[in-house]
Amino acid sequence: MKALRAARMERCIGCHSCSLACARLVHKVLSWNKAGIRISSSGGLSTGFEARVCLSCHPAPCAEACPTGSLTQRRDGGVLQKKNLCIRCGECAKACPVDAIFLDHEVNPYVCLNCGQCVPFCPHDCLEMVELPKREAEGGAR
Amino acid sequence: MIRDYFRIMMVNLTTGKTTIVELPGRGDYLGGAGLAAHLFDKYGHVDRDWDDPEQPLIFAIGPLTGYFPLMSKTCCAFRSPYHNQYTESYAGGKSALSLRFADLDALVVTGRAKRLTALCVGSRRVETRDVEYLRGFDAIHTGRVLRKMFPGSGRRSILRIGPAGENLSSYACINVDTFRHFGRMGGGTAMGAKNLKGICILGDRGFGLPEGKEYPKLYKEIFKQLTTTEMMAKYHGLGTAVNINPLNELKSLPWKNLQQTSSPEADGISGETFADDTLLRNAACAGCPVGCIHVGFVREQFQTNNQYLYRQVGYDYEPIFSCGGMLEVTDASDVLRILDVIEKEGLDCMSAGVALAWATEALEKGVVSTEETVLDLKWGDAETYMKAVELISRPPNEFYALIAKGTMRCAERYGGQDFACVLGQEMAGYATGEVFFVSEGLGFRHSHLDSGGYAYDQKHEDKDVKRALDFLVQDGRERIVLNCMVGCLFSRGVYKDDLLAEAMASVGYGELHGSVAEIGARVQKLRWRLRLRMGYRPDKVRIPKRYTEITTWKGPLDTDYMEALRAGYAARILEMGAPVDEPGDKEDD
Repeated sequence: MKALRAARMERCIGCHSCSLACARLVHKVLSWNKAGIRISSSGGLSTGFEARVCLSCHPAPCAEACPTGSLTQRRDGGVLQKKNLCIRCGECAKACPVDAIFLDHEVNPYVCLNCGQCVPFCPHDCLEMVELPKREAEGGAR
Repeated sequence: MIRDYFRIMMVNLTTGKTTIVELPGRGDYLGGAGLAAHLFDKYGHVDRDWDDPEQPLIFAIGPLTGYFPLMSKTCCAFRSPYHNQYTESYAGGKSALSLRFADLDALVVTGRAKRLTALCVGSRRVETRDVEYLRGFDAIHTGRVLRKMFPGSGRRSILRIGPAGENLSSYACINVDTFRHFGRMGGGTAMGAKNLKGICILGDRGFGLPEGKEYPKLYKEIFKQLTTTEMMAKYHGLGTAVNINPLNELKSLPWKNLQQTSSPEADGISGETFADDTLLRNAACAGCPVGCIHVGFVREQFQTNNQYLYRQVGYDYEPIFSCGGMLEVTDASDVLRILDVIEKEGLDCMSAGVALAWATEALEKGVVSTEETVLDLKWGDAETYMKAVELISRPPNEFYALIAKGTMRCAERYGGQDFACVLGQEMAGYATGEVFFVSEGLGFRHSHLDSGGYAYDQKHEDKDVKRALDFLVQDGRERIVLNCMVGCLFSRGVYKDDLLAEAMASVGYGELHGSVAEIGARVQKLRWRLRLRMGYRPDKVRIPKRYTEITTWKGPLDTDYMEALRAGYAARILEMGAPVDEPGDKEDD
């Protein structure tokens, strides 16, 4: 199972093409916020850029916090999203340890689904899809 | 979000009131340059000076901003402190997308705050803060404070001025997101006159996209063209600094206040040298995958025992020409150090560099003495130039107060007009010949970007006046179309009229009043009308003597050809800007 990694952010030029692609192609909106990946500066443009993106936790705290099953655990990490089940409580964003879920002003959550559609739009090859390692099961067995 | 009218936020700093105006005219003006001129026509005051508090400061984006790559610029329009006429300046950074996502086609600021103020606007926010404590703060430090004051890291734009804008130098710039600027014609001064230290624009909304596959398909095609074709390679490779060597070879590189048009020393400040020795990284405007912003670094030892600091300074061709070649500063790091001071003070780097080049020659020729210049300005002396920049920004005497108003203003007082490199304002970096000098000298913004006169000079040895004038008018009109979209002019090879029309249709702006070319012509006329109504007399413009003394690759400059172009272009401008008969036809003749 593959997941998105912002592996080479030191190359990032801050063009936001990734966020715009995610918003356009996945969420069908024009936005640099309503996306599974958001770019921010790390304290002004002279300090470079950071990507706010899902790290594919397992177990995913956002899925655990979701009271309606709108976000569910993916097999090896990360989440699946069923928007029609969302009641817009915002608990998922509160639970995310790395601020990867964006809530719009109507409390709609936007989270990376690891589809990889943003990757070809990064002109500096900052992003990649990687095979997630098989997770360690409880008790240490794989 | 797709709509056939403009949504404008009007902020009055005198009253503290904000209003949202829905203004028709999308089909007539597209946006950007057209919208700004339309707004100035509506809200500006032809009968009041630039510093009247009620003059509007306008920031306008285009219909495709955010929808397509490289539609990433903002048009800033105002009555210029430099010549007291309507003007425009363009910048990118995150300003354009922030306005788009704040759901504004334009932000118009009027009035004057009682004390130094910062303004924050967004789709659900408008707020002013007293920042009197930032008086005198440089542009970089101001940015740091404003970042802490307002939310939205990465998806907001922070515009601010330095001391030069507060002190009303005529060529203070507006710094946009650290590395971009509304540079020319004194946008920073217009902000300073409003007591407005900074503007934070929060891009905090998103919008539905048109149904169907047409739009994402077209986006993908355009994105591919802009990222894979050779035509953009120079912009993200060496950047515009790549121009130094070829212009030097063509004897078209202004050098030492245009005493020369080439120099064996030019390689020290070539794009290649900058890339090899100083380039730290590239950056981009939001919505542009090209990444033409080149950030260099300088390091300085501030104490013994290996105590160093480093600074990041953006560079481009024009800053290198003006603060390198024109001052005969031939070390890339020295150029960056001068630019760093200019950046902090918040001056237009081209005007500041060219002004200091004139001052150096004036001192050399005895037109002025160190009593006026305070400093012993010498070609290539970066340390002294760095101190002189601060004196322009914070004038200690009449000489610096005047040079801060413009080189020609200073030359009119002290002499030396003949060698003032002023083409409407301090020149851009192309000593290519007659067509460019006339284009910049008489052009709308006195900018090399008004039309490709510099390129025409490099490609044509013939001296066909009509053909050159047709080119200036036609190329100017094509650029106006892209400026209405507010697309980056680097993309002009891709975004031709047909593609722009297709892109407009794909996002639902199909109903235009005429082709985009016709709209370009309409805006061209409106802009000239505004200029002429504010007293612009193109027929009175003279090209300083220095420009008749140079030699380019084509040989000595042909003064007869230049004079014919000057007179012919002035006539064309007067024709384009002629008043319309019917008052009702004013806006869409």
